[in-house]
Amino acid sequence: MKTYDKLIFELSKPGRKGYSLPKNGYGTNGLSAIPDTLLRETPADLPEVSELEVVRHFTNLSSKNFGVDTGFYPLGSCTMKYNPKINEEIAALPAFNNIHPLQDAETAQGSLELYWNLQKMLSNIAGLAEFTLNPYAGAHGELTGLMVMRQYHISRGDHKRTKVIVPNSAHGTNPASAMVAGLEVIEVKSKPNGSIDVEDLKPLLDDTIAGIMMTNPNTLGMFETEILDIAKLVHEAGGLLYYDGANLNPLLGKVRPGDMGFDIMHINLHKTFSTPHGGGGPGSGPVGVASHLVKYLPNPRVKKNVDGKFYVDFGEDSLGNISTFLGNFGVMMKAYAYILTLGKENIKNVGPLATLNANYIKESLKDDYLLPIEGVCKHEFVFDGLKDKSTGVTTLNVAKRLLDYGFHAPTIYFPLLFHESMMIEPTETESKDTLDEFIDVMHKVAKEARETPDEVINAPLTTIVRKLDETTAAKNPILNYKALKANKK
Amino acid sequence: MSKILEDLRYADSHEWVKLEGDIATIGISDYAQHALGNIVYVDMPEVGDEVSQGEDFGAVESVKAASDLISPVSGEVIEINEALEDEPELVNQDPYSNWIMKVKVSDASEIDSLLDAAAYAKICEE
Repeated sequence: MKTYDKLIFELSKPGRKGYSLPKNGYGTNGLSAIPDTLLRETPADLPEVSELEVVRHFTNLSSKNFGVDTGFYPLGSCTMKYNPKINEEIAALPAFNNIHPLQDAETAQGSLELYWNLQKMLSNIAGLAEFTLNPYAGAHGELTGLMVMRQYHISRGDHKRTKVIVPNSAHGTNPASAMVAGLEVIEVKSKPNGSIDVEDLKPLLDDTIAGIMMTNPNTLGMFETEILDIAKLVHEAGGLLYYDGANLNPLLGKVRPGDMGFDIMHINLHKTFSTPHGGGGPGSGPVGVASHLVKYLPNPRVKKNVDGKFYVDFGEDSLGNISTFLGNFGVMMKAYAYILTLGKENIKNVGPLATLNANYIKESLKDDYLLPIEGVCKHEFVFDGLKDKSTGVTTLNVAKRLLDYGFHAPTIYFPLLFHESMMIEPTETESKDTLDEFIDVMHKVAKEARETPDEVINAPLTTIVRKLDETTAAKNPILNYKALKANKK
Repeated sequence: MSKILEDLRYADSHEWVKLEGDIATIGISDYAQHALGNIVYVDMPEVGDEVSQGEDFGAVESVKAASDLISPVSGEVIEINEALEDEPELVNQDPYSNWIMKVKVSDASEIDSLLDAAAYAKICEE
């Protein structure tokens, strides 16, 4: 059923039902009192299908999915590591699953303890004082972290500090989050190896700077060796340092952002801590801060009494609520399970193995692919397309050709520092056999580019849909059945 | 090899300028449109807006990336190429006839700080 391409609305037959309701023994419960102005005028357009049709439809669709569970997924900057199934078992435990956010804290001690323990573990891993687990995802964490930064300056009466420095190699979410937080973005240049240019940074550091957003290792997978100097300069200028946790994986249990001088950071549980990623996740973006910023963390907070009891607290200096209740709790359970499964000893192996895997691929492929930055990378690295530029085969073509060979494509055309960027992150969870298979295929594609370039340029050749018309998709997206029907007419 | 027209001036951020009297016509170079790939949206200023040399005046969005447009001159926007609102891909087809905005320049000497075709060609080669 690889070719299955129906929408559930196309299966619909008027009057077909997948349910039977018992006779209503409860009356209308006052539903008839709803004023006409609040009622819809036409019935909702819902698919009318049987249970079996629903099951087949979604089972067929699910088999078309590509995920970490079906194949290698070297999507750079996304840390697509394996999501251990024990995480799901733990998150499905009914005692946690059936709690309600409004129930009395006295009756939810176990859940609050898990929240409290996880934030403690993350604080230890990050070298920061405390975490909030409330933000729903990475970008939400960035926004929350920047709101903490803003709140800190405002509470000191320092209203001039409205600018955030962001490297030109940063993830696109950094400047976007800064804008949403009401801060102005100032770009600082990168050196050829992607590191911040300290000389370019110095003149930007005045009394209007709220802080700087960085990730280390940087976007090119290289460690910022001047981070201690940068931290000193920014702090001396009165600014704070924000750490984008997107690239935390290689440092896990080895190097702590707090020790590098960072004041605020977010962590993507759906990257570094093995919770599902993509397709809505959902994610979780805990934010950690140094001790002088703890009081600004968003409400509600989970706290522990001297008698060992946990309670939910609302701090007066807090920047306010950024979520309903305590965030994506199910995701926290999975991350908690992951940390406990690995334990203190094994968590230290994550970074070195992720780093080894990335360097192994990099060194194995640099004869065919252009490596702009030499040297040992961390968990990921960037090629600037094929080495042989005469074939006319682009990074996009290579990415599409990989699909024919059963691999997910790497991140392409990011970072913007190069024209043909191809960003590869294998993660620590892949075996050497898988890495070797990928390396073989990448070599094969490079050979095809030289010998039969049209095959690569026209790829993918074997997937359910061939090369998509990205321009039309961006300009005229068809996002629902109504739009599809209108388009077909 | 991308096309570079001899009679235009260029910014190192890949915009071109043609100055006629005190009216500058501005677009992006062939090199820029090629590097961006299929363009899906051109974010243009409004007529009457003030632009400054070296400051952004809009953005070009392609299937690959969004890129700021940097004004090579200072002055007042007197016209924008409205055809690009519906057909941004015109920039891919011919980036030199499909200009983006026209500016009444406040300081015509600014043009001297821009690159000529030969100097711009060198930048594109790097």
